[in-house]
Amino acid sequence: MPDVRLVNVTKKFGKIVAVDNVSLHIYDKEYFSLLGPSGCGKTTLLRLIAGLIKPDGGEIYIGEKLVNDVPPEDRDIGFVFQTFALFPHMTAWDNVTYGPRVKGFDMRKAETIGHEVLEMVRLHERLDAFPNELSGGMMQRIAVARALAAGAKLLLLDEPLGQLDAKVRNELRYEIRRMAKDLELTAIHVTHDQAEAMAISDRIAVMKKGKVLQVGTPSELYLNPQSIFVAHFIGESNFLEGYVSSISGKTAVIELRGGIKVQAADRGVKKGERALLAIRPEAFIVKKGKSEERNAISGAIERITFEGTNIRYDVRLENQDTVVIVKPSMTEEWFNMGEKITVSFSPEKAHVFTYPEAGLKEEISVE
Amino acid sequence: MPKKFAALDGISSSKAVKYGIYATAAALFFALILLPPILGIIIKWSSIQQVLDAPEIVVRALGAIKNSFIIALLVSLVDVIAGLPMAWLITRGKSKWLNVLDTLCDIPFIVPTAALGYSLLLFWSNPGGVSALFGGSLISKGLLLVILLHFTFSYPVAVRVIVGALLDYKMEYEQASRTLGAPPFIASRTVTLSIIKPSLIAAFILAFSRSISETGATMMVAGAFENGPVFIQNMKTEYSTANPQLYEGAIVLASFILIAVSCTIFAVIRALGPRLKLPIKRVWPSIERKLSYSPAVTTRNTVTLVIFLAVVLAPSLFVALPAVQAVFTDALWNALSGKGELWSVYWQSIILSYFVGAVVTFLNVLMGLPVAIMIARKRFGALTSTIFDVLVNIPLVVPSIALGVSLKFFWKGTFQFIPEIWLLIFAHLAITYPYFVRSMSAAVERISLDLEDAAKTLGAKPLTVFRTIILPLTKYSIISGAIMVFTRSISETGATLAVTNLLTAPLVLAYAVPRPDGSQVIHATPLEVGLACGFLILFSFIILLALRLIVRGKGRY
Repeated sequence: MPDVRLVNVTKKFGKIVAVDNVSLHIYDKEYFSLLGPSGCGKTTLLRLIAGLIKPDGGEIYIGEKLVNDVPPEDRDIGFVFQTFALFPHMTAWDNVTYGPRVKGFDMRKAETIGHEVLEMVRLHERLDAFPNELSGGMMQRIAVARALAAGAKLLLLDEPLGQLDAKVRNELRYEIRRMAKDLELTAIHVTHDQAEAMAISDRIAVMKKGKVLQVGTPSELYLNPQSIFVAHFIGESNFLEGYVSSISGKTAVIELRGGIKVQAADRGVKKGERALLAIRPEAFIVKKGKSEERNAISGAIERITFEGTNIRYDVRLENQDTVVIVKPSMTEEWFNMGEKITVSFSPEKAHVFTYPEAGLKEEISVE
Repeated sequence: MPKKFAALDGISSSKAVKYGIYATAAALFFALILLPPILGIIIKWSSIQQVLDAPEIVVRALGAIKNSFIIALLVSLVDVIAGLPMAWLITRGKSKWLNVLDTLCDIPFIVPTAALGYSLLLFWSNPGGVSALFGGSLISKGLLLVILLHFTFSYPVAVRVIVGALLDYKMEYEQASRTLGAPPFIASRTVTLSIIKPSLIAAFILAFSRSISETGATMMVAGAFENGPVFIQNMKTEYSTANPQLYEGAIVLASFILIAVSCTIFAVIRALGPRLKLPIKRVWPSIERKLSYSPAVTTRNTVTLVIFLAVVLAPSLFVALPAVQAVFTDALWNALSGKGELWSVYWQSIILSYFVGAVVTFLNVLMGLPVAIMIARKRFGALTSTIFDVLVNIPLVVPSIALGVSLKFFWKGTFQFIPEIWLLIFAHLAITYPYFVRSMSAAVERISLDLEDAAKTLGAKPLTVFRTIILPLTKYSIISGAIMVFTRSISETGATLAVTNLLTAPLVLAYAVPRPDGSQVIHATPLEVGLACGFLILFSFIILLALRLIVRGKGRY
């Protein structure tokens, strides 16, 4: 029953605020991801939960227990490092059974646990090999096995797939989730790869510059981003600039450049204010030639990129703004270079945000 | 690119020039550093018969050599055991005062050995030192004092090496261990120590070589006790004029055995080191848990600091006390104006010491850099690199007095016209060369080969690569390596004593300190000797301080 609660947790390194007043509740048996660009504080947050570093302020609870002053060895956690940190002077087997041994279990019990977790990661060959003799995928499995063998119910993973090839990575991500679910673990997974986070997580916290911007299920984040950054960082978004010309209920009317008026879901904008419209590339309906419907804008295909599953069109709109539109390659009709088209979108698939003070570029910057 | 380098850059592409530089450096290494001491012994090999005919001398030599090895093994073992918690404290502690502690740890390393020996003598043995608290002489000259001395000067070497290892060590291994449930003590015992084991062995070897080869300080505190180097020195005093043949034979015998046994020991360590397994399988959770946190940790740190202050730092600096006293008497004025038997030679000797130090440093950079690059970059294959790596270390293990003597045999026996000052320079060169090449090759190895390759793909010629990539990135290592060479040369006593009659500063001090029978070669009051030591320590401090300021925060030596 380890849920993890963070209350106003802050961590500074010199003048840099790595984690800025973060409060989170990670539920028991949940697969939770901390997602954000490098330097956003997600790894620091994970290390705070593990006790590898101490917070400057706030409280960290694992289960009911306040653990601020509990050293890592007494937090009952499993930690998988990005570099795996397999002990180079021990064999794979000795690495895996290290946890039970240092906890003082007797040898037979340690060995039983070792065999169980190796069964789980499906690795039984090369157990007497040293880490530098193993492939990346094998090292990763040993690292996970080692963390599981410690018997903890809270598994912390710091970019556990970051060092692996794309194919292996895709395979192992589901395996880790499966294991966490089979063992009924609470897992906290740090990653900068939004596709990875979406694929494996029950819930995701999106972080930027030490702050948590939004917490939600993958679909919540994708369909209802609460900020420009989340709309940009999770999946992909087209951003169109304009002014709020009127608001009625949950719908705002936005006047884009060139006087085009469209309707979109309001995200708390005020009338007359400068705004940004965010629309997913696959949210557009595209028709050949001219067409009169709600939120219709005419334009022309400027570039076509064939990506396999999808075709990606760069479209120049009548007001000279450009948008990217993505269509499935097998089920939809294809358009030609230079072809005149009309794009439209349903108001609830487009979100209006107040135009950021520092500008769009700064707002979505991942630096 | 500056014009003045353009021509040189072009030339540096030529294979002949490239090989020429490496070949010259390698040849100089063999001709000036490696072969002369070995040939020196071979030349005089026949004189060994003289000693074999005098069994009492052979027995004495063997006894002395046995003492050397027992002391070296004991002391370097204690060095590693006592140095580890100190290195741990320096690298893992949070206090800003640890920087100061770090600097203080180097003091015995840079105090001239002659001054160090005298300082310990005053501290432990003279009625004026701490002994006064115990009524009389606490530890008289002899075995125990020699062991204390060797601990004092080899401890900083061990600490320095282990600190370096801990700084390079990837903390993640230890963190992984902690998250798996190991308290700090178990984590460091089962993970960290095993991973830095090569450095622990290196610390042992360096401390061992330092103990085996040290002569100048040991002479001062030995009394009637003899180890290898003291035996050689005593033979010089007793027989060098009365029976030169016997003296030479004794030196050849003692040096040969010391070198042979040292090399054997190092070969054994080299072979067995990688196979040496620290006991990591068993854990004792309840005991080791107690050792992981306060009050055990506080106790450990306190004991470490007390040992350091009482056995290393205070005895090393004790000699400076009379120097403070001298400021209030006319001793200081006499010293500065060069009055009296000691001061009339002292300042000249200081100038000579610093001159030799400067020349030796310059030659080291010139000769050592190509060899260091050759070793680090495996320019002529991995095997050549390994061979050079091993050969470079040999002068480290030769007792400094034996090195001096065999150098004298060689140069005087073959090239008599070479002036004495060059013998002195060659001796210091041989002693300091390993330090410089060691630290430089390690520094060059740390530069990724990719950087050099990147420069080459951008069109840089070999000299340009050296000038623009290697030199700037190893600048601090070169400076700190050079200063290490310089201070070592300034403090060198044993080899200097053997090779020449020229008076360097440490030699003046060695002569001014009363012999076991109370006689002095140079007459001086304890106050004057203290002041003379104080000056040398002061100069060393200034150099060390300069080093810290220049390389501040940019890596260590």
